[in-house]
Amino acid sequence: MADKSNVVLHCEKIDKIYPGTKALDGVSFDLLRGKVNVLIGENGAGKSTLMKMIAGIEQPSAGKMYMDGEEVYFKDTTAARQKGIGIIHQELSLFPNLTVYQNIFMCHEHKKGLFLNDKEHIAGAEKILKRLEHEIAPDTLVGDLRVGQQQMVEIARNLIQDDLRVLIMDEPTSSLSAAEVKVLFKIMRELLAQDISIVYISHRLEEIMEIGDHVTILRDGKYVADADVKDIELSWIVENMVGKNTQYHRFERSIDLDKAEKILEVKHLTLPKKGGGYLLDDVNMYLKKGEVLGIYGLLGAGRSELFECLMGMRPEHTGEVIYNGADLKIKSISDQIKNGFAIVPEDRQRQGLIQTLDICKNTSIASMRNYVKGIFLNNKEEEKAVDEQISDIHIKVADKKLPILSLSGGNQQKVVIGKGILTHPTVLLLDEPSRGIDIGAKTEVFEIIHDYAERGLSIIVISSELKEIMAIADRIYVLSNGKCTGELSGDEITEDTLVRASYAGLGTGVSA
Amino acid sequence: MKTKKTNSNQLLMTILKGRTFIVLIILVVFFSVVKDNFLDPTTLTMIAKHVALYGILALGMTFVIITGGIDLSVGSVVGLIGMLAGGLIQYGLTLKFAGVTLYFSVPMIVLFMLIIGALIGCVNGLIITKLNVAPFIATLGTMYICRGFANLRSGGATFSDIAGYEGLGNTGFKTLGSNIAGIPAGVYVFAVLAIISVVLLKKMPFGWYVLGVGGNEKSARLSGIKADKIKILVYIISGFCAAWVGMINTAQLSAAHPASGDGWEMNAIAATVLGGTSMAGGSGTILGTVVGAFVIGVINDGMTMCGVSEFWQKVIRGLVIILAVVIDQTQRNLQAKMALQARNENK
Repeated sequence: MADKSNVVLHCEKIDKIYPGTKALDGVSFDLLRGKVNVLIGENGAGKSTLMKMIAGIEQPSAGKMYMDGEEVYFKDTTAARQKGIGIIHQELSLFPNLTVYQNIFMCHEHKKGLFLNDKEHIAGAEKILKRLEHEIAPDTLVGDLRVGQQQMVEIARNLIQDDLRVLIMDEPTSSLSAAEVKVLFKIMRELLAQDISIVYISHRLEEIMEIGDHVTILRDGKYVADADVKDIELSWIVENMVGKNTQYHRFERSIDLDKAEKILEVKHLTLPKKGGGYLLDDVNMYLKKGEVLGIYGLLGAGRSELFECLMGMRPEHTGEVIYNGADLKIKSISDQIKNGFAIVPEDRQRQGLIQTLDICKNTSIASMRNYVKGIFLNNKEEEKAVDEQISDIHIKVADKKLPILSLSGGNQQKVVIGKGILTHPTVLLLDEPSRGIDIGAKTEVFEIIHDYAERGLSIIVISSELKEIMAIADRIYVLSNGKCTGELSGDEITEDTLVRASYAGLGTGVSA
Repeated sequence: MKTKKTNSNQLLMTILKGRTFIVLIILVVFFSVVKDNFLDPTTLTMIAKHVALYGILALGMTFVIITGGIDLSVGSVVGLIGMLAGGLIQYGLTLKFAGVTLYFSVPMIVLFMLIIGALIGCVNGLIITKLNVAPFIATLGTMYICRGFANLRSGGATFSDIAGYEGLGNTGFKTLGSNIAGIPAGVYVFAVLAIISVVLLKKMPFGWYVLGVGGNEKSARLSGIKADKIKILVYIISGFCAAWVGMINTAQLSAAHPASGDGWEMNAIAATVLGGTSMAGGSGTILGTVVGAFVIGVINDGMTMCGVSEFWQKVIRGLVIILAVVIDQTQRNLQAKMALQARNENK
């Protein structure tokens, strides 16, 4: 960017270090005036982290930011807001217990002397909501609104700022309906006309092609490329987003899957969403014995919900499940474990581990009843099983009595996988098994998956990283907005087909 | 069919919302039927005295609970402030190094006590926010500390001479425990503090921040609310209220006893919860708390007058609190259901 007058904010070599990971590594970024600046990257690429620096939510470990040629430092959100920077968060940051107008004017109250001027608040809220084409009564509690409406309130909060110069939108459309997205785009164009610059983060590539002006791509916390939208195509984005260097080798299968029997079949699986719509919408799929089945999709596509249905955590689902040739009625988690299902959940810390227990107990806790003699736990048998499991999947532990948090992320993840395998499952469900672990550990996790599949275990893997799922899966279903929009196997599996299928169910009506 | 159901839901909702007030009326009617002299001015004055004490504590507690916290120390602060005020009147403040004993006028003493109450609240708030201790534990600690100091002040004895001496110019403390125009002085204080609380919570940005911190602390921080500051302030308010109660109670009893206020934090919490404040934080009204304080006061004094044993009183009080929370939960569920219904109908 030679023409500096176009740049409203410039980031120079920003680093952000969290304990154990470098979320941003020397990223420089120009925020162009009056444009929609799009940030693209896979989960964990550092998009949201970079935006948190600009909005003052977090502070860079190193590097500088400039506005109008002057260095700026935002010690908190208030400091950033004073410079006219607003942010719409990925996760809604509203107050469900307060009214619409209170949410909109929180920290920007109109006052008459010392006291709140609610008349002005209500009038102001009405005006701004009218502009957003969402005439919600300003005294409604935000907790009573639909998620899409809440998103509009979140947007409205930022628009009341008179001196707004930069608006950061972190996946604003993930919970909006097609009609609401149209309104949002209209507002965005209005804002641009008022010389407000927008940063837009989205995984929905087709949206970016419609609304974006300039694209910057991040990968693994590093800057990769940037270009004007008019000069590029979807495939360029995908290529840069995924990268060419990190190639996982594809596993060769010795089992002939064409001849393998179907172990699990799901027909018309439907899961209603609270407040209307569907999390899963008539999903049909099958799994063969010894197969590694991949599930790909964007955030909110219904991936984890599919596992939750299979594990008995969503009793409200409808549809047929055929397991081992017989009709299966899914009742509860403990029943499903008995039936031979095991899950490795997405959030290792919150759902996968019990931090206060040691490595041994974390490994054996799901299969504890196998080591019971009478009413007592047979410690010898338990420890023997744990030892075998630990050596089988190569968990690097000095002593299995050490606290679980003494292990690295990768080894913690292997403990969670080991816990699942120790229940002797027939079907193993892995939800983002490589999230937050380093590349070496990732490869090892993939080897474990491959190894057990070769031994006849049937595995379903969710991953949002293209390269990974392409390396590991024999066959892939793509979910999009709760619908199954693609079934790919063999040579059909390419980055392009996967990405295209991943937003096929959104129906935002974008003209190509 | 559908509208009929919605209407009946709305009726139920109105009843649920006004439930504490309805319970209060039922209690008053019940006790006045059972006890002829229940509505006598003397009885009502006595009840009002007690209601003022619980009520003032409950005002501060309401702010604390709305932010999602709890203040267990208020009962002990009542005892400690009583002892400090009583001690200052009876013995003054002896400065050993200077070899003098200072006596202060009553307004000065009141001011000191309010400052000390606020400071104790401030310490609570600092422990909770800066040292990251759970409110339950932090205030449990200060509860013991304050009770300990209350006893240390006199070695466990009572200060029974709080009338003051004309010669020293420190008379008048007992006014706080007397009747003014037939109404106990504590009731005036309660009324003024309640009005201030309503203004703070409803009419000033501070109220939004308190509700915001209780509703979603992370959002509050992201919006630029200084959540720690708000939390410290609500404990200061609670300590300030407890200081008033400590002085009024001492004046009413004409003596300062170190065990005063023991367990009163529970009455304050009960009044707050009965008034519809959610223990999870984020919602609550001052009016509800005031009515809640009346319910607690009427139940306590009514049962005593009817000769219900102290032991049974405890059982009944416990049941009332549980019932109140269960009804509160029912209301919330119904509210959520109605909101969902309204949403679906709009579509």
